[in-house]
Amino acid sequence: MWKWLHSYADPQKAYNLSGRLLPWFATLAIGFIGVGSIWGLLFAPVDYQQGDSYRIIFIHVPAASMSMSAYMAMATSAFIGLVWQIKSADWAAAAIAPIGAVVTFIALITGAAWGKPMWGTWWVWDARLTSELVLLFLYLGVISLYASFEDKVLAARAAGILAIVGVINIPIIKYSVEWWNSLHQPATIKITEKSSMAPEMLYPLLINIFGFGLMIGAITLIRFRAEILARNGMRPWVRELAQAEGVK
Amino acid sequence: MVEEKTATTLVSADNLTCIREERILFDELSFDIQAGEIVQIEGPNGAGKTSLLRILAGLSRPYAGEAKYKGTDITRCRDEYNDDLLYLGHLAGVKSELTAEENLNFNLRISGYDDFETNQILAKVNLSGFEEALAGHLSAGQHRRTALARLWHTNCKVWLLDEPFTAIDKKGVEELEHLFLQHAQNGGCVIMTTHQDMSIIGDDILRKIRLDYRFI
Amino acid sequence: MNKGISFTQAFFTLLKRDLKIAIRHKGDIFNPLLFFILVVTLFPLGIGPEPQVLTRVAPGIIWVAALLASMLSLERLFKADFADGSLEQMLLSPQPLSLMVLAKVLAHWLLTGVPLILVAPLLAVLLHLEANSYGALMATLALGTPVLSLLGAIGVALTVGLRKGGVLLSLLILPLYIPVLIFATSAIDAAGLNLPYSGHLAIIGAMLVGSLILAPFAIGASLRVSTN
Repeated sequence: MWKWLHSYADPQKAYNLSGRLLPWFATLAIGFIGVGSIWGLLFAPVDYQQGDSYRIIFIHVPAASMSMSAYMAMATSAFIGLVWQIKSADWAAAAIAPIGAVVTFIALITGAAWGKPMWGTWWVWDARLTSELVLLFLYLGVISLYASFEDKVLAARAAGILAIVGVINIPIIKYSVEWWNSLHQPATIKITEKSSMAPEMLYPLLINIFGFGLMIGAITLIRFRAEILARNGMRPWVRELAQAEGVK
Repeated sequence: MVEEKTATTLVSADNLTCIREERILFDELSFDIQAGEIVQIEGPNGAGKTSLLRILAGLSRPYAGEAKYKGTDITRCRDEYNDDLLYLGHLAGVKSELTAEENLNFNLRISGYDDFETNQILAKVNLSGFEEALAGHLSAGQHRRTALARLWHTNCKVWLLDEPFTAIDKKGVEELEHLFLQHAQNGGCVIMTTHQDMSIIGDDILRKIRLDYRFI
Repeated sequence: MNKGISFTQAFFTLLKRDLKIAIRHKGDIFNPLLFFILVVTLFPLGIGPEPQVLTRVAPGIIWVAALLASMLSLERLFKADFADGSLEQMLLSPQPLSLMVLAKVLAHWLLTGVPLILVAPLLAVLLHLEANSYGALMATLALGTPVLSLLGAIGVALTVGLRKGGVLLSLLILPLYIPVLIFATSAIDAAGLNLPYSGHLAIIGAMLVGSLILAPFAIGASLRVSTN
């Protein structure tokens, strides 16, 4: 298993593998998100309480659930990079961070937009929104730490350590925010539970969640490939590639 | 023959590559350093001498390749290696808020020694009478000597010294050279960078490893 | 030549050195403390002097000010050692790095955390804190500020090699401080209502134990990156 992993530690192999995977991820992501969104936005039944405004969940819920998964993926990648000293894994972690931050931001914005018709206000200190906000800060920390180092090999290692520290803290932060929320607010504001959802709403939602995961995978692959090229610009194989592409 | 070689090889570089800010400093550099050798790493400014020393000390991680101690990757035997390694960078690790004596005392204790007379050791680097002076008030040369004093009380085999002669007068340099020779005879090795000429350690003894400035 | 220093002796050697340096450099102790006091005095000026309002927000103000003071004072934790090469020597010493790191964090906490705990009741008087909250205030500060030092040291270790560390540091470590803030302030609130708060203290205690065990490794790994 580890032998297999180590062979992809070589940047060139990682570049080629991610190049082969990319079309699959991209096509499937477009397919799933297309089907899920059209089904969800046009054909799923209207919610009897919230009317059409509930349809934002087809964006909000996938973004929110993927924001956490992307962080886990980033931390796992960083952990592999730290323990087995595989630079490609560090770069993968650095490649995921901005995507995760954008997805988290989408979850926050759509959450606030949904809050306006539901709660009559853009922002409430709801436990999930607050955790999501903290998650955004954690992402921004990783991104700005990465940006602050001139030597990007070091930058990726430093950002990786921070991502791992963050992932240990996420459950603690999430738990404490939920507890804090239950302490300070009576449980009048509750997002409707997903489990009671009609299947005609649930299926497009699940398809979209899956599609978001694939989309994050696809964008990560693109960024990962760019990262490998940027870090290995002086390597012969990158130069050959550049010549083959007709650059200079 | 092979066995004898591994028995005396203290430090080796195995295909070391170092990349700093997208520039290759050295690529696939390999050498073995035996017990009893005094090695000078030479090359123009910016060629990567300090980077090489820091990689050999285990402070920096090479982009590719391994630094080895007695044939084992130093990241796998860090405790053992640190126990046998004395590294002095051009930042000497001398606290200006502490006196010369407190500095030496701390440096030796943190290296694990508990049987020493700081006064005697400071006398060997001509700092008698300055024991109580704050290191921040000492001259550049005295400051440097405070750091170098550790060399007179150590049983580490591997010495990695980055510009050890900086700010040291001629007599002091000669004393250090004697010390290096003695250390090499006792089965240690000295790996250093310096731009200064040495008077006692001749070219017949000194081994040189040359790094050139590379533009890509 | 005899290598006879035990880990405990090495720990105390480093602890003593850091304390000695700080005592010769008193500003490092007093500036964060003054900052703490100043921030707390700004709040009544900002939100008005009504005792009921101040009583309500006192735990939050004291704790937020403590978070900021802790973060500010931590910034210098490894700076001097990094600048004069002592940090490299620490990384290369035969002593375990986590132990060295722990000694440094402890020295730092003794110099900045303890004075902060001692001055907190005076500030609580200024903010009209509930009389029965004082015990909880002291207990949460005593258990919580070491957690702040340990978590903050990770961020400091990551940024020590950077020229502009300050603002970045706050982005890295303040989110990690949130759980301590939540449990500490609600413990003080609970005490004010005469409710039991030992559960809150137990959770902060658990955070302290967890960070005592894990943070030194993270700090050590971060220092190795920063000195690279």
